Amino acid sequence: MDPAENDKLTSTAVVETDEVLAPGHTYRSVSDRVSDMVLTWPVGYRWAAGLALALGLLFVLNVALGWVFTIGVGVWGINIPVGWGFAITNFVWWIGIGHAGTLISAFLLLMRQKWRTSINRFAEAMTIFAVACAGLFPLAHMGRPWLFYWMLPYPDTMGVWPQFRSPLVWDVFAVSTYLTVSLLFWYTGLLPDLATLRDRAKKRVTKMIYGIIALGWRGSAEHWSRYETCSLLLAGLSTPLVVSVHTVVSFDFTIAVIPGWHSTIFPPYFVAGAIYSGFAMVLTLAIPLRKYYHLEDFITMKHLDFMGKVMLATGLVVAYSYIMEAFMAFYSGNPYDRYMMMNRMTGPYAKVFWTLIFCNLIGPQVLWISKIRRNPWFLFAISLVVQTGMWLERFVIIVTSLHRDFLPSSWGMFYPTRWDWMTFLGTLGLFFTLFYLFIRFMPMIAIHELRDLVHKTEHEKAPAH
Amino acid sequence: MAKPPVLYGLMAEFETPEQVIEAARRARDEGYRRMDAYSPFAVEGLPELVMPSTHKVRLPTMVLCGGLTGTLTGLVLEAYPNVIGYPMDIGGKPNFSWPSFIPIMFELTILFSALTAVFGMIMLNDLPKPYHPVFNAPRFDLASRDRFFLCIERLDPKFDFDRTKDFLIGLNPVDVTEVES
Repeated sequence: MDPAENDKLTSTAVVETDEVLAPGHTYRSVSDRVSDMVLTWPVGYRWAAGLALALGLLFVLNVALGWVFTIGVGVWGINIPVGWGFAITNFVWWIGIGHAGTLISAFLLLMRQKWRTSINRFAEAMTIFAVACAGLFPLAHMGRPWLFYWMLPYPDTMGVWPQFRSPLVWDVFAVSTYLTVSLLFWYTGLLPDLATLRDRAKKRVTKMIYGIIALGWRGSAEHWSRYETCSLLLAGLSTPLVVSVHTVVSFDFTIAVIPGWHSTIFPPYFVAGAIYSGFAMVLTLAIPLRKYYHLEDFITMKHLDFMGKVMLATGLVVAYSYIMEAFMAFYSGNPYDRYMMMNRMTGPYAKVFWTLIFCNLIGPQVLWISKIRRNPWFLFAISLVVQTGMWLERFVIIVTSLHRDFLPSSWGMFYPTRWDWMTFLGTLGLFFTLFYLFIRFMPMIAIHELRDLVHKTEHEKAPAH
Repeated sequence: MAKPPVLYGLMAEFETPEQVIEAARRARDEGYRRMDAYSPFAVEGLPELVMPSTHKVRLPTMVLCGGLTGTLTGLVLEAYPNVIGYPMDIGGKPNFSWPSFIPIMFELTILFSALTAVFGMIMLNDLPKPYHPVFNAPRFDLASRDRFFLCIERLDPKFDFDRTKDFLIGLNPVDVTEVES
């Protein structure tokens, strides 16, 4: 490597760029830059501290779930009429976060958007870890999680089968398919990069481990041809899948007759909300990553700007849905629906509702200003606001609808207990533990796609023949 | 007793994708058929030049079959329990209420297709294959970094050590090496 190139790679001066890739990169520089983070960078104290904090929260999750499994779901604040509480709020929130990862890797691939290249790998990892966190909640919420296999259709000695008219069974299939396909997509994308790590590793053990999981990938033209077909097919399959998953999640609500749930607007509204919170999570992860790993060359201002715009657009769809939901409640003339809406806005949970409206509708409108979309820390703050808002949205949908339905004699309140909070914060620990391990042991940016991007960028710049 | 090394082929190294495409085209015009190119990313147009057209099992066809199997599995998996295995009257709806079977049929279509796509790709590419002669080439680790290789195999009917080597050198590569099998 010539000294000038070396200087560029090790210099700490931040040069912001508006391209999808900073100029001056070669096949070698992008390969070495991303794989060095795994192979040669020393373990940083910030990384170790972050992992330690995440492991601490993971311990909290173990304690909380241990207590739930020992005593029962009664340690949470749930009871009749609010039987769903935090568990389902967290489930919907986590699974929604995952949706942005699939959307970036699949839908933007189909649309041939070049800006997906440097963010898709860690966004896909985010998807898998978020779905893993989501999956814990329905399992823990079952009360007897050791009987989870009763949800699957198998010929048992009791002669009992699942009821396939129930959206809760659809959910089992939707979420497990989503996790499986996301894992497959992620691994397929990793395959050529694992070969790069294998070829660049110096230590024999490292070489062997990456060698085994790289399956002997050698970059032959024939392999690449099938590989590209496979990626394209997976993208085409994942795009409708991601829409279907949150649609099925919304069916859990809309198929019920509870006022505030029984609404045809839910599927598109849930999908838009999922993408909204998912892009917020991608920003929450991308902004610190680019700063602490000096990835400003790869995750550029253009990426932040585009993600801000996607958040703004999906946020507007969500805003439209809120307004429509309120309008339909009054326009329908249904007294229960009207009461539900009034209760949301002025009842005992009114503060939560108005906080949600601020976080999801009013706050993010600053994204119209391009200076704010290009200010990483401002964007980071907005991403946290949106995630809070989206969590509150699910809480409001679940709790305010359930706590006062048709009969005033069966009304009640939901108050979370410390076990509710511990389970929720604990899954943040699980998520970040997995994420910290991922950024240490796997290439967090798709190297082979970056090389392809270098090639395509060179071609665009070359004068026409 | 160690066997004497057997030649697998001759490998030329190039610096740009354009050069390797040009080399593959010239090799094809020259009449070589058993060859393969190795690159750090998918190079457009390269597979058509080096891919032997004899064993083209189409991945998309396999994925379609996988997907249809998934759809059918979903239908049978739901219809049998709800119609024969454990029928239940829910609000007077028919036992075979197929519209409510659609979500799971859809999910299983996607699941089976995706599994077929990934495992089909791995299987057709003859992976996992931890050992392959091309890994013996001294600079082959660059194939996953920034270099492009074209390898003409010994088993090619037109292969002749000296003539093939001269031909490869004539393509103006960075280097030409012998690959042992």
